[in-house]
Amino acid sequence: MNDKNKIVIGLIIFVAIVTFPFWYNLGKASSAPEPKLSEKAKVAKECVVPKEIMKQEHMQILDLWRDTVVRDANRVYKTGKGKTFNMSLSTGEDSCMGCHESKAEFCDKCHNYASVDPYCWDCHIAPKEKKPEAGGE
Amino acid sequence: MGNSRRSFLKVAGITALGIGTKPVLDVFASSGGHGVEPKPEVSKNVEVFTAKRWGMVIDTRKFHSAEDLDPIIEACHKIHNVPEIPEPRHKIMWIWEDEYKHVFTHREHELINDRIKHLPFLVLCNHCEKPACVRACPTKATFKRDDGIVLMDFHRCIGCRFCMAACPYGSRSFNFRDPRPFIKEENKEFPTRMKGVVEKCNFCAERLAVGKLPACVEASNGAIVVGDLDDPESEIRDLLSSNYTIRRKPDLGAGPSVFYIV
Repeated sequence: MNDKNKIVIGLIIFVAIVTFPFWYNLGKASSAPEPKLSEKAKVAKECVVPKEIMKQEHMQILDLWRDTVVRDANRVYKTGKGKTFNMSLSTGEDSCMGCHESKAEFCDKCHNYASVDPYCWDCHIAPKEKKPEAGGE
Repeated sequence: MGNSRRSFLKVAGITALGIGTKPVLDVFASSGGHGVEPKPEVSKNVEVFTAKRWGMVIDTRKFHSAEDLDPIIEACHKIHNVPEIPEPRHKIMWIWEDEYKHVFTHREHELINDRIKHLPFLVLCNHCEKPACVRACPTKATFKRDDGIVLMDFHRCIGCRFCMAACPYGSRSFNFRDPRPFIKEENKEFPTRMKGVVEKCNFCAERLAVGKLPACVEASNGAIVVGDLDDPESEIRDLLSSNYTIRRKPDLGAGPSVFYIV
């Protein structure tokens, strides 16, 4: 047991290196983002389904909708409450982006945080982002 | 001794029962009775144009030069965000112009009259009755709708180009490169495509759905008519019965739905 000192020093270094990521990032964790609702969406209050379901299942809903629209040519969605929507991601007033007007504030907020990169916008044209400082236009 | 053990247990038991059933009763109260909401429904627009089998008649007598066709081609390509790529091998075309000997290959001969020889013909997807492209597609990205329109689901296209090999009319184009930089003016009402997918005329399915006629019909000043081939009373059937019409390569058996009055 002559190498006690060496072993202890080695152990300390080892533990320090292993735990480095933990204490290095301590307190730096960013909070989960909140997608910012557009004024229009705030006024409308309700989406095609309740917010909680939308949060979890919007991708499945969009997938289902694209088949309904492209294959069955059904383009109008009527909620249980009787409100109708245009089943489209990016075209028209009552489409998804017709209400959620900003891709950056709504879609990207969470998608970037969760590091998901859906390819919707390779083809669909995102609404023009309104610059906050440019008023009037 | 007002309280016996027996009466204490009775009261405790009833209380426990009451506390235990409250949440259950709450659930019943909220789910049943007044709160029944009708299920969401999907449907077509009220103003939709429908047909049993869509078809098109192109009256070539009303066209004299390529300039007559340009506005039609432009209207279609503009609405559908079709890029204008200068490189000929990468060109994307939904509707374009060609000459008789290429369009009606089986009818061409050297002594054909001059008018026909130099007449520009509009060509597009023929929305065949038995589309070869649909059989060739391995992902069912291209399919035939019940109303006869041969449509593409760009989401599903994997770019294998089997459909292009199968189509006897060359109606399909492949995006060899990202088309976006080549679109002069984006139409926000219609998506673009991405690199690696095939595209073609969609018979303006998105316009028929909202009660608008195809863009080429609107731009043609009556030279192009669409309608229901299965309806004997329709305008298109009237045109077909009162004029001699030809189709492209009918002997292949694909059953093209685009007719030409020559």
